Amino acid sequence: MAKGASQLTSEDVRRMARLARLALSDEAVEDHRRHLAAVLDHMEILRGVDVRGVQPMAHAGDDAAAPAADEPGRLLPREVLMRMAPAAEPPFIRVPKVLGDEGGAS
Amino acid sequence: MDVSGCRTVHEAREAAARAGAEEVVRAHLERLGAHAAALNCFLQTFEEQAIGAARERGGRSGGSSLRGVPVAVKDNICLDYGRTTCGSRILERYESPFTATAAQRLIDAGAIILGKTNLDEFGMGSSGENSAFGPTLNPWDTSRVAGGSSSGSAAAVAAGIVPAALGSDTGGSVRLPAAYCGVVGLKPSYGRVSRYGLVAYASSLDQIGVLASDVRGAAEVLSVIAGPDPMDATCSVAPAEDFAARLEEPVGGLKVGLVRQAQSERNHPAVARALREAAEALRAQGASIGEIELPHLEYGVAAYYIIAPAEASSNLARFDGVRYGRRAASDSKGTGGTLEELYARSRAEGFGAEVQRRIMLGTYVLSAGYQERYYMHALKVRRKIKEDFDRAFAGVDVILMPATTGPAFKVGAKRDDPLAMYLEDIYTVTANLAGLPAIVVPWGAAEEEGKKLPIGVQLLAARMDEGRLLRAARMVERAGLFPGTRPGW
Repeated sequence: MAKGASQLTSEDVRRMARLARLALSDEAVEDHRRHLAAVLDHMEILRGVDVRGVQPMAHAGDDAAAPAADEPGRLLPREVLMRMAPAAEPPFIRVPKVLGDEGGAS
Repeated sequence: MDVSGCRTVHEAREAAARAGAEEVVRAHLERLGAHAAALNCFLQTFEEQAIGAARERGGRSGGSSLRGVPVAVKDNICLDYGRTTCGSRILERYESPFTATAAQRLIDAGAIILGKTNLDEFGMGSSGENSAFGPTLNPWDTSRVAGGSSSGSAAAVAAGIVPAALGSDTGGSVRLPAAYCGVVGLKPSYGRVSRYGLVAYASSLDQIGVLASDVRGAAEVLSVIAGPDPMDATCSVAPAEDFAARLEEPVGGLKVGLVRQAQSERNHPAVARALREAAEALRAQGASIGEIELPHLEYGVAAYYIIAPAEASSNLARFDGVRYGRRAASDSKGTGGTLEELYARSRAEGFGAEVQRRIMLGTYVLSAGYQERYYMHALKVRRKIKEDFDRAFAGVDVILMPATTGPAFKVGAKRDDPLAMYLEDIYTVTANLAGLPAIVVPWGAAEEEGKKLPIGVQLLAARMDEGRLLRAARMVERAGLFPGTRPGW
């Protein structure tokens, strides 16, 4: 169930950090806890808006193009894309070895 | 001939036609060299490419409407040369393989890009202080912020380095720095300008916009960059228009609405004065001024700071050290760690504090158990805000309201209070939420500590009504202090 902002705990913040893929120090967790609590407190003013029967509005445009035809378009050249990899042996891209929870050097 | 005095797009184009694009570009590069470092408004300068382009394209005849005009591009807009850093360590070496549609259209129209401008990281900020590469300072008072997130573009135009620059506006990021720097700032309707090549912050709110020294410059640049684009599925199919063609024709019988909820004790007295004077100036040109209601104005910041971070948490998930961006080094054990650890460390090292805050906020409001309470609720409030505008535009042609609560504040003044920073966006976020076009025109100044600090007034129009919006803005500008307002450089 939703918590009041003042009940936001460090554990809540650490859970969010895991979902967001951010490695946070203890100090950072506390900074985020304080900041999130203050902002979520302000968000409570939205409870004052009567939204019964109101459709959510996810975006503003209603006149965008119909989906494109299923035809090959302009492609970026492979050499251009390979240049963006930090380490490559074309046509392969070299990555660090990551094996589950044990890890391992490449 | 002296081409260094070009202050508008029009003057630059005229000078290029007379003296050649190369001379105009050199004069502006010289100005850049003299002033940009003190303001920290440029992250990269393309001196060689700019002179080369001026030589190559300067001699071309034909309808290149921006031929020889020096411009700048915010560094979250991709070019296929140089780097696109988004003001972030995580992309400090990123080289885009393609050029954004809006930038390409500028190039095709003959404009010469002098460099990439500084910004709040990934567009997240209202002051220009959130760049990984240092804050951008305000040309009018370098102890103050330029405003954000298009801080460098606004400062570059205000300092006369370029007569126009591209920015991006998600919650006010073109209009707020325009107001603080005393330049024109235009956010088009959602879907008016292709977002292809704009690094996405919040996809339902982002638009590429224009900073310019005058309304005509903004109108001409918009005419070049706007229009359908198959590379952006959210870009409107409405055909391109010449927004400058009728610019000098005042809108006959213009109906202007002043927003009751925007007349607030929170505003600096100079803001109230500017609105009064701008309204009088419009009345003197035949407009009728009335009062309208935007009952949900005060909920805009809360709705925005739920929706934008939610979308950002999704858009920025790709910056993980593998798909894009700077990868964390191996850990102290010399191993790569797990893949999750690699992502988490890369992101923690690469993203600045405000970006991390917004990703966390976005993750929270989308997470199981909270999504209905926060995100879905905010989307419904967004609909109510849009409906307020629909009702208002049934009775008026344009809305006149503040752009900001006051002039530029001192660097560091709001550093420790992110919520206070968010509340600065109160007058700008609603146009993004509703997808409406909005423009800031400089009007007068506040005097603080013996320095004149620009104030801007904001006009909004119905979606896709940029033609009328720009003509109304020209009416305000005609009566205002331009061309008198410029820092003494």
